[in-house]
Formats: sequence, C-alpha cells, structure tokens
Amino acid sequence: MLTGLTLTEARAGLAARKFSARELAQAHLDAIGRLNTALNAYITVLPEADVLASADAADARYAAGTAGIMDGLPIGVKDLFCTKGVRTTAASKMLAEFVPPYESTVTANLLNAGAVFLGKTNLDEFAMGSANINSAFGPATNPWKRKGDEATALVPGGSSGGSSAAVAAGMALAATGTDTGGSIRQPAAYCGIVGLKPTYGRCSRWGTIAFASSLDQAGPMTRSVADAGLMLEAMAGFDAKDSTSSNRPVPAFHKAVGKSVKGLRVGIPAEYRAPGLPAEIVAMWEQGIAWLKAAGCEVVDVSLPHTRYGLTTYYIIAPAECSSNLARYDGIRFGLRKDAPSLDGVYEATRAAGFGQEVRNRILMGTYVLSAGYYDAYYLKAQKVRTLIKRDFENAFENVDVLLTPTAPSAAFAQGENMDDPVQMYLNDIFTVPASMAGVPALSVPVGLNDAGLPLGLQVIGKHFDEETVLSIGGALEAAAGFTHTPSVHAGAGA
Amino acid sequence: MSLDLATTRRIAKLARIGLEENELEATRQKLNGILGWIDQLAEVDVTGVPPMVGTETETLRQREDKVTDGNCRDALLACAPETSGPFYTVPKVVE
Repeated sequence: MLTGLTLTEARAGLAARKFSARELAQAHLDAIGRLNTALNAYITVLPEADVLASADAADARYAAGTAGIMDGLPIGVKDLFCTKGVRTTAASKMLAEFVPPYESTVTANLLNAGAVFLGKTNLDEFAMGSANINSAFGPATNPWKRKGDEATALVPGGSSGGSSAAVAAGMALAATGTDTGGSIRQPAAYCGIVGLKPTYGRCSRWGTIAFASSLDQAGPMTRSVADAGLMLEAMAGFDAKDSTSSNRPVPAFHKAVGKSVKGLRVGIPAEYRAPGLPAEIVAMWEQGIAWLKAAGCEVVDVSLPHTRYGLTTYYIIAPAECSSNLARYDGIRFGLRKDAPSLDGVYEATRAAGFGQEVRNRILMGTYVLSAGYYDAYYLKAQKVRTLIKRDFENAFENVDVLLTPTAPSAAFAQGENMDDPVQMYLNDIFTVPASMAGVPALSVPVGLNDAGLPLGLQVIGKHFDEETVLSIGGALEAAAGFTHTPSVHAGAGA
Repeated sequence: MSLDLATTRRIAKLARIGLEENELEATRQKLNGILGWIDQLAEVDVTGVPPMVGTETETLRQREDKVTDGNCRDALLACAPETSGPFYTVPKVVE
C-alpha cells in the first residue's frame, strides 16, 4: 500500500527501485481524488501533470544516482507557505486569489531535497485557531471517528488541521506545518501522527505568511519520529533573509532516533497536572512515564511555576504581533480590495470583507493591548511574564534533559463543540503554548487510543537546539507504544 | 479592565476594520470575555524582570549595505488588485 508508507520506507523503496516516484505520486493523487471531498484537507491540489512531472524528475535523479534526502516523496504543504506560481491563501478571503511571485525558504529547501508537492493543505485562517473551523474554504475534517459513531464529524485540530488530516488519511506521506502556540503538535495528537515544532530559529520564516513573528516556527508532520527528523533536516538551515534564523549547523536529526535513552533524565512538571484533567489523559501520561523508566530513563519531578500564565500571556503577545503583521493587508498592494470613496474607506471595507471573525477579533485585541494607555498594563507586562516562563524552562533544564507532558487536555472534539466561548477553545493549547513562549523544541508522539477509539499524544519538550534528545526520547516512546492504528477514513480502507 | 462601546469603536478605527454599528456590541462582549480572563496576569509580580523580546536565541546580524531585493517591480505589481502603469492606485487623498 503505497499510501501507507513512512517517508523512510518510501525513500528506501524508491532507492531500491521497487516502485517509481511516479507510481507513488499517482497513488496519492488517486487517494486525494477519493477522499478530499469528505475531509477537505487540501485547499488546492496541484494539477496532475505538474505533480507527475516532478515525480518523473525525481525518478531521473534516482536513475542518475543524484537523489536528495526527500527525493520523490509526495507531501502536502500547509497553505501558509508561499509557493511560487501556486495560489497561497492562508485560508483567508483576503488572499483567495494570491499567487506569490516567490518561494518560501522552507518549501525551496524541500524542493531542493527532491520532495514532490501534492497541494496546499487547509488551516485556520492565518493559522489562528485550534480546530481548523476558521477556514474561509470550509473546515477540514478528522479522518478518525468515535467508535460506533461514524456520523459525527470531529475536528482535526488546528491550525495545521489539513496537514494532519492528510497525513493520517494517506493523502500525503508527510506535510509541513507551522506552530505558533501548538498548531503542529495539537493537530498531530488529534489525528494520531507525529508533529515536531523545532527550536525557534531552526527553520527560516521567510516566505511563510506571518501571524506572530516571535513565536511562528515551521516543522514536519509525519507518521514516524524518524520521519520527523529526516524532514526537519531538509527544512532547516540558516537563511540570511530571516533575521531570527539560526546559523547553527543542522545535525543528521533522523540518526537520533533509535539511540539509547538510558540514563537520560525526564522531568514531569507538576503544574501540568491541571485540575479537571481527564482520567484517560492522566493514565496515558503515567503509561508514558512507565515506558521511559523501562527504557532506562530517570524520571524526576520538576516545577514550572508560571505555567498557568502561559496561555494568558500568549493571548496578549500573539494578538499584538498579529495586529502589527496583518496591517499589511490594506487592499492596495496585494490581496483583496473593496472599493470606497476614501483611502481609509478602502482599508476599512477591504479588511472587514477579507478577514473572518476570529482574525478580526485577534487584530482588535492586539490593537487594544498595544494602544496608548494600555501598552504597559498588557503588552509590556506580558513580555515580562514571558521572561519568567522562559526562566522556568531554563531552571528545569539544569536538572533534566527533557520534559514529558500530554500534548492536549482531550482527544479530538466534534465540529461545533467549544464554539461559543473563545477562552474554552483557547484552553486546547494549554500544554503546548508554554514551549512556544520559551522557544524550545517540542514533539508530539501518538501513543494510544482512548475509550472512544481516538488517538492521544504525548509531548516531549527539550532544551533550545536539542531536537536530537527530543527525537531520541520520542523514538523510545514510539517503540514502546507500537501505535499502528489507522483512522476509519483512510486511502487503504475498503480498497 | 473592561471595554465600553466607544473604546470598541475607537479600536476598530485604529485597526481600520470597518465594523457595522450592529456588530459593535457583539464584538465588545467577545473582547471583554477574553480581557476578563487575561486580567489574571495582574497577580504576577514582575518587579525587576526584563521584558522578553523575541526568543533571544540569536543576536541580530548586520549585513552588507547593498540592495538585495530589487528589480522585481513587475512581479510585485502583478499581485496588486489595481495598478496604473508602474504604480499602485488609491482613491484621491488630496482635494
């Protein structure tokens, strides 16, 4: 089943000429053709002729012995990465017709490594959301269903919900995501796949449509931990065009998977045992701790005292940066334009028509916390609390190598749930936001199913630029969990 | 702190998002709900704590003082909703 492979398996199969990149690409195009109406995982599917031409070029490189590390591997690209000549919407009416004249650094790196792009995946508008319900192109749907309840559509998580749904359903071998407060890790957990948010600065932000620049970070969404390492190798690297890009060397990340974790110290943060945390989440967390102990890790209790302020701090800083970044959508230089008699009228009409409700609210919130008289009370205060949150992690990492937590406080919920109260929706990110605030790398690994048959994920958080230890621990969890379940909606199902 | 309608209207003006009068009250309530929640930050003591700017993992670099992003006027103009020759167009702003 070509659509059920990992990147690593597909790469080996291509290198051994067991199948061609063209066959692999065709199998995925067929799967997208069958499933995309139901899942809406892709906003744009590339023309078949273009996809097959890329695959043929990859086959030629295999024949010539010049294949790159992602050569011939068909993947989805979150529709937040600018792709030259291919419509890039950010799931917004504002950019519904935007065709970038340039390629983002991350996607250029993937193309240079030989990857074959299948299309642009769905997301929450401008990456703002936790359920992929804020898309101007309609929600993406989770391929998993509650046991005995095929009728209820569940959210795939967000904001990278199209990417997670596509990878889980066999509509791509892997996909790119971006993570500002959990937008790779939470959808990965909801869809039973692996998601890695690297250290801030690992992947260039150039050409990725900006949401909150001090938090945004691209990363891989894959079916195995080794795949996440492999794909990160292709995506990462110094880029002079991003002033926050790190010029540290990019290690061979995939080699970290399978390394012994014996003697590594794993911290369990007391504050993540939030009151009201469902018993199934606690049980899974305890299971993860037991697995790592059995693998030879030393488990240590740690404290991150400012954890409970992570989300509130995030919901000041992210909207503030969003209001500044999204000021560029003015109806003049690119994107949607609504005409009006005055220049201010053009701005107001364009932005009212182009932005959805959640994006508008975040811009307004950000405008408020940055406005005269409120800047010190909100924005400056939040930046100071952010220092305290980062120090919590630095203090913890003096004693431990990684932290282990649940990825999300629940399994995937139904479309329509958590809709009325924005704060309730924001709480989905309670365990993922603190690592984003600190800029440290974090990985979600699927480790089991709950009673309703839905996947649950555990999160491994590491030190700045120590993705390798995170991947080693993630690999140990993956090996112990042996998670091989597939969702009910899948390219291989009923075929 | 809680928002009144006048402040909501002012923020919408600052953000250049044209809200209809009938949208203002619902927007005010949504924002107030979030503000009530983030007000819990008031209880954190930040005396002597410096603000965190970015994630402070890299220091800013300087680059050579030369044009690196020029000569793509036509490609950029092609993205604009409306142009006139080599120019973006806007409604008349000077009477």
